[in-house]
Amino acid sequence: MNDARPIIEAENLSKVYGSLPVLRSLSFTVWRGEFVALLGANGSGKTTLLRLLSGLSKPTTGAIRIGGWEMPREAMAVRAQIGLVAHQPLLYENLTARENLDFYGKLYGIERDERERRIKELLIAAGLRKRRDSLVRSFSRGMKQRLSIARATLHQPDVLLLDEPYSGLDQAAAERLDGMLAATIAEGRTIIMSTHQLERIPPTAGRALALSRGRISFDDAIGSRNMSEIYRFASA
Amino acid sequence: MKTPFVKCVAAILSKDLRAEIRARELVSVMALFSLLSVLVFSFALELDRGAREEAVSGVLWVTLIFASLLGFNRSMAQEREQGNLDSMLLAPVSRAAIYVGKLLGNFIFTLIVGLVMLPLMTVLYGLDLLDGWVILTMVVGIFGFASIGTLLATMTVQTRAREALLPIAMLPIVLPFLLTAARATKGILSGAPAAEWQGPLGMLGAICVIYLALCLLLYEYVLEE
Repeated sequence: MNDARPIIEAENLSKVYGSLPVLRSLSFTVWRGEFVALLGANGSGKTTLLRLLSGLSKPTTGAIRIGGWEMPREAMAVRAQIGLVAHQPLLYENLTARENLDFYGKLYGIERDERERRIKELLIAAGLRKRRDSLVRSFSRGMKQRLSIARATLHQPDVLLLDEPYSGLDQAAAERLDGMLAATIAEGRTIIMSTHQLERIPPTAGRALALSRGRISFDDAIGSRNMSEIYRFASA
Repeated sequence: MKTPFVKCVAAILSKDLRAEIRARELVSVMALFSLLSVLVFSFALELDRGAREEAVSGVLWVTLIFASLLGFNRSMAQEREQGNLDSMLLAPVSRAAIYVGKLLGNFIFTLIVGLVMLPLMTVLYGLDLLDGWVILTMVVGIFGFASIGTLLATMTVQTRAREALLPIAMLPIVLPFLLTAARATKGILSGAPAAEWQGPLGMLGAICVIYLALCLLLYEYVLEE
């Protein structure tokens, strides 16, 4: 799927909170169209890495380039290329599904006609068309997660970052999410998805990058022959 | 690449107005607090007309500032609780646009409360507060402390003790607003010559502009982790 052009380049990336090092000299490249499963035990630095890549946090040392743009110097250009699905849904509970998407569409400068067309498409893809005018506070966890993905892909970002998107989802909701991610990767976008549930790595994920105590402990293609190795490194 | 400033401000403001019309979480709390506060002052200060004239502008502004603390805190907490502040920061928008959008929402909600207080205080204190100059002073004063309140609420909302921290941080900083606005209001209500209260009113406007400029410059740094 990937077209051998780098979309994310990280060099010697470190992050220290106070005196606590969370990420230590990470260097890696992600190629366009890749689906990378970011693995690791709780506290291994997955969320911090995603926050650095999304521009919400600045590295203590090291450099990040996304789509050729350097972070944080050219953050404004990078932001238009990034979609983030975080732990929290990043949705307004007192707005409807459609109003939430409309608000974010405006923030990304999407023109009205295009915005309406995209919102309609995404609500259908998320299975929320009939609930488009319901307040988000009335949604289940799975519905919020689907709407959150719709929000993150509204501006058609090149890179979609997902932080534990399967947590709290039942089997049906998880399968629906699998479908949405497969559609996203089929559109040629790049996905980096963190998870500590190895059984939830979608079949479309082609590469595993495991973190252990802030360092890369494993970085290779996912195949049936190395699953046991991935399990071992991811739970270290 | 960057979304136009005015479009961002309009989007944030209309989102805040829509959410507030639906939930009524900010204005209702601020209005209820103001009502109770004005009633308490009215019963506590059983004053003659002269003394009421002296006290009423202070009661008005102290009540407004305390009510606004509740509103500013809640307004930013709503952004923080569901991670919405992060989602705005992810978008290609200038931080100043986020600030101005939130500021205008806070200003409008507090102004509504202020405008509700005026007829109420007119009845309770027996003084005509429904005066064009008093309303103008209120508009300028509220805009001023909404400008600093929005900045400080963004800072304190990221801490655990945000409810306690915002008043501690904000009250010393809004003293120039309180002094000039109360002095101007008192002069207007007592029928003093315009020269006596136009000075404080002009100073209130000047402080407002200075604080707004400082907040616009500082907001980006406040949003940094």
